[in-house]
Amino acid sequence: MIPWLPPALTDLLIEAAWQTLLMTFGGAVIAIIAGLPLALLLHTTGPGGLLPNGWINRPIGLLVNAIRSTPFIILMVAIVPFTRLVAGTSIGTTAALVPLALAATAFIVRLFENALREVDRGVIEAARAMGATRTQIMARVLVPEALPGLIAAITVTLVGLVGYSAMAGAIGGGGLGDLGIRFGYQRFMPEVMATVVAILILFVQGLQSLGDWLVRRFSRR
Amino acid sequence: MPDAPGQPPAISLHALVREFRGRGTPMRALDGVSLDVAPGEVFGIVGRSGAGKSTLLRCVNLLERPDSGTVTVLGQEMTRLDEAALRQARRGIGMVFQHFNLLSARTVAGNIAFPLEIAGVPRAEREARVAELLPLVGLEARRDYYPAQLSGGQKQRVGIARALASRPRILLCDEATSALDPETTEEILSLIRSIRDRLDLTVLLITHEMAVVKAICDRVAVMEAGMVIEQGRVFDVFTRPAHPTTRRFVSEVIGHVVPPGTVARLPDPNPGEERRLLQVLFAGPSSTRAVVSEASRRFGLDLNIVSGRIDAIGSEPYGLMALAAYGPPNAIEEASAWMRSLGLDVSDIGEDPA
Ligand SMILES: Nc1ncnc2c1ncn2[C@@H]1O[C@H](COP(=O)(O)OP(=O)(O)OP(=O)(O)O)[C@@H](O)[C@H]1O
Ligand SMILES: [Mg+2]
Repeated sequence: MIPWLPPALTDLLIEAAWQTLLMTFGGAVIAIIAGLPLALLLHTTGPGGLLPNGWINRPIGLLVNAIRSTPFIILMVAIVPFTRLVAGTSIGTTAALVPLALAATAFIVRLFENALREVDRGVIEAARAMGATRTQIMARVLVPEALPGLIAAITVTLVGLVGYSAMAGAIGGGGLGDLGIRFGYQRFMPEVMATVVAILILFVQGLQSLGDWLVRRFSRR
Repeated sequence: MPDAPGQPPAISLHALVREFRGRGTPMRALDGVSLDVAPGEVFGIVGRSGAGKSTLLRCVNLLERPDSGTVTVLGQEMTRLDEAALRQARRGIGMVFQHFNLLSARTVAGNIAFPLEIAGVPRAEREARVAELLPLVGLEARRDYYPAQLSGGQKQRVGIARALASRPRILLCDEATSALDPETTEEILSLIRSIRDRLDLTVLLITHEMAVVKAICDRVAVMEAGMVIEQGRVFDVFTRPAHPTTRRFVSEVIGHVVPPGTVARLPDPNPGEERRLLQVLFAGPSSTRAVVSEASRRFGLDLNIVSGRIDAIGSEPYGLMALAAYGPPNAIEEASAWMRSLGLDVSDIGEDPA
């Protein structure tokens, strides 16, 4: 299929691409699902928020920062017991999803929080003046108004996950990055490395363009 | 319509205090403010930046909770309500903002329908209400535009329509025209006035422009450093400002009665006589020319009209005139007293009016 690679490697490449997709999108989906409520919680309980509360805000903020400042390769190893608990195993693509999702969540929470903070305070005040509940303000004002920013945050996270997933090979996660290292570097097959890098570049470009297009699509400013 | 006697006030603020504790010493944004707004009137609050106007307005729907004092709106004591009841009460109070505060992700129609959505009004009813409100604010053709595609004046029309969506009986306006050019300001003010006339609405608005007060308010309160320093009917406050700050505000619109430099050009009084500058204010139909010439004849004075103007506040005409009076001191006093007895407001403004 790929003329300059032996057929067996093509199969491996396809499998690895599939693993990368799974780790990237799987990690992102979990990060979005976990990250948005957390970001809303941080925003709401933060200073000047709808319901300021340092006892909730500070510990969560600290935890998020701690995860973000731990290098991913260390995080992966450090949470092995947790990974085993969640995924039932500590090696393989599914197991790699656990640290990926965790790191991506901590990453996206701050980006989401920034996007929410960009929402004009006056609009929130207007909603309060209309008698909106906090839930209504979050669901109908904060999230829709921040949507372009949230989409941009998701794009950045996806691109970041593509990079992180390359390290997942360390715990048998597979993926394109792992393939590139094993064949391109360790077995000295530069054509494999080049192919892997080319695919990754195309992939990231595609993600970025899609994200930018969506941001424009939802941006009404 | 305003000031119907015997009716309880639509908005009653009593002894409001609000303190902000910043880094330094606590500062009192509101320092014991009390005022009543009668049903159906347009009540203005003016004051310089930082006087506490916005804080006061935000206390009415309790966006800002006063440290002490009571807020009563339409007979309901807002300061006592729990959260749910307060949200309900807020739905009966529309609010318009200086920077419009529209949802950028929603169209004009979506913005107007928003408060109804919040209140759980069914879709069909929401749409019917939007269809009613669009022509009221003249935006039928802009129904599906996004705020970013509108001019400032159009955005404020959306803001007004949105504030009226849930048929409130109170409308609060925080500098609703301050971000607009003079012509658009005029448009928005007349819209607010016509809405007040057509709907059963009480309007409380804050502004730092006396021209806005003159254009649409029935009564006005002047604020300074968290206190109301003067309040009354706009006509009275404009024609007889008591507090120096009010006088400064009023002069922005009414202008100096005596143009600067005039005094220097006046002739000196004869020996034994005096020269005094008198400000004469007449409201209503009194004919001043006759008064001036008669006073001159009766009291043997020389009366020069230094400046004069006739204007109206609301529908009430008034005239403001500066006279240079020459003559014996007691004759000037007598003439002043005589003019006062005719219902004119006469004051000695000295020779160097600020
Ligand atoms: N949330 C707040 N925290 C601290 N200080 C505040 C807060 N809100 C208002 N103040 C202070 O209270 C005072 C009155 O503010 P306010 O906004 O009511 O003034 P204003 O009369 O509306 O002024 P402007 O014409 O500039 O809008 C100001 O000195 C302001 O700094
Ligand atoms: Mg203000």
